[in-house]
Amino acid sequence: MAERYIVGEESRPCLPRHVKLRHDKTRDAWILLAPERVLVPDETAIEIVRSCDGVKTIAVIVDDLAERYAADREVIGTDVKAMLQDLADKGFLINGAD
Amino acid sequence: MDDIVQLENVAEAQARMLPPIAILAELTHRCPLQCPYCSNPLELERANAELPTADWIRAMNEAVDIGVLQIHFSGGEPTARKDLEELVRHAAGIGLYTNLITSGVLLDEDKLQRLFDAGLDHVQLSIQDADAANADRIGNIKDGHRRKLSVARAIRKVGLPLTMNAVVHRQNLHNLAGLIDLAVELEAARLEVAHVQYYGWALKNRASLMPTLEQLQDATATVEAARERLKGVLTIDYVVPDYYARRPKKCMDGWGRRFFNISPAGKVLPCHAAESITGLQFESIRDYSLAWIWENSPALNLYRGTDWMPPLCKTCDQREIDLGGCRCQAFALTGNAAETDPACQKSPVHDIIFDIAVTDSATGAPDYIYRRLGGA
Ligand code: SF4
Ligand code: SF4
Repeated sequence: MAERYIVGEESRPCLPRHVKLRHDKTRDAWILLAPERVLVPDETAIEIVRSCDGVKTIAVIVDDLAERYAADREVIGTDVKAMLQDLADKGFLINGAD
Repeated sequence: MDDIVQLENVAEAQARMLPPIAILAELTHRCPLQCPYCSNPLELERANAELPTADWIRAMNEAVDIGVLQIHFSGGEPTARKDLEELVRHAAGIGLYTNLITSGVLLDEDKLQRLFDAGLDHVQLSIQDADAANADRIGNIKDGHRRKLSVARAIRKVGLPLTMNAVVHRQNLHNLAGLIDLAVELEAARLEVAHVQYYGWALKNRASLMPTLEQLQDATATVEAARERLKGVLTIDYVVPDYYARRPKKCMDGWGRRFFNISPAGKVLPCHAAESITGLQFESIRDYSLAWIWENSPALNLYRGTDWMPPLCKTCDQREIDLGGCRCQAFALTGNAAETDPACQKSPVHDIIFDIAVTDSATGAPDYIYRRLGGA
């Protein structure tokens, strides 16, 4: 049986083959294509998803965002993990090490 | 994830005539199974009426140009087409997200590997029941269930994500928990539990298929408990039956709004059941460009938006939310596709369909009328 993927500080998430981030000309928007779903993430969400390359850990991704936006690391960390956990629970995110 | 919204919220603001998101490409009506609830029309197309490869390729190119993002290869049984691999390769090459909706019985690991290599993104496999004998009786096929299980394993083995699709009704709902366990065992990431929708073949078989109210309540509870227990392991999509509903579904997210269907012969339909509404003429991609049809087809424009609505819907504050429900169901139950969907409790015939459901569900188990050429 498959196990739930829990997104933590040491996770190295990435998109699986069947989830595709694309720029769509017709709508002039970035979209995430997944089975039976089309999502339009906002700019921040796109940036987070793009940094999920299967190599960088969540810790690194959050540090980087906190620095660039001069924002509270704790707050950003919670938001990022919640967003990615939601993607993971839909089956749209896997661990890069797998 | 509040900041990730469904596409429609964004696009809604942009335009009145929205670009379509997805096509259901019904490549063929041929199928080795004969499910009594099949969503294909009673008048099945013969093989010699099917669109040739070149027409499908042109249609896909035109679809991308008008904004389509996803293509679902469906049928009948799409793997009965010899050119499926070529069509998948073309679709993937022009950037379409590709999904195969299949009964699985014609597939094996080698064919799946080739579809994977051609760029297939996802497979949706139908399972008729968790109980093999009953599954094969529903599909009227010998040894179908066992083959489906081995195909499901092959799907995962070649690295394709799997959605299991289970159409549920009075004669398999007692095995719903087993279907959920089976989805987990087969490593499906998603399970669609869809109550039968009654038009076409299913309408003919309504007395055999209609669940009892008690079965429906049990099913809903079973799904809710499983969702909780299997969070992050299995996503369960659940479609409730209209006959016991109070509010109609926003069918297809609106007529001619986000999706269209191309029939094996090339007709562009707002949904797979639309040909059940007699008297409507649908244009074919053999005669017109897709862009022209999407914008100008009289049949697609007929029930777009809210202008067509009967007064009951037109003056209702829910009209933008459900768009008056399903046109095919309104037609099947009232004889007029421009009526309020009887699934709505405001419909004057709402009580009648509840009574139909109660009566039909108490009918014992009459023989199925199987879906086949000339079978209706
Ligand atoms: S519902 Fe059954 S008969 Fe109809 S196309 Fe699917 S597998 Fe074939
Ligand atoms: S009356 Fe029409 S618009 Fe109002 S809820 Fe019923 S179906 Fe929807």
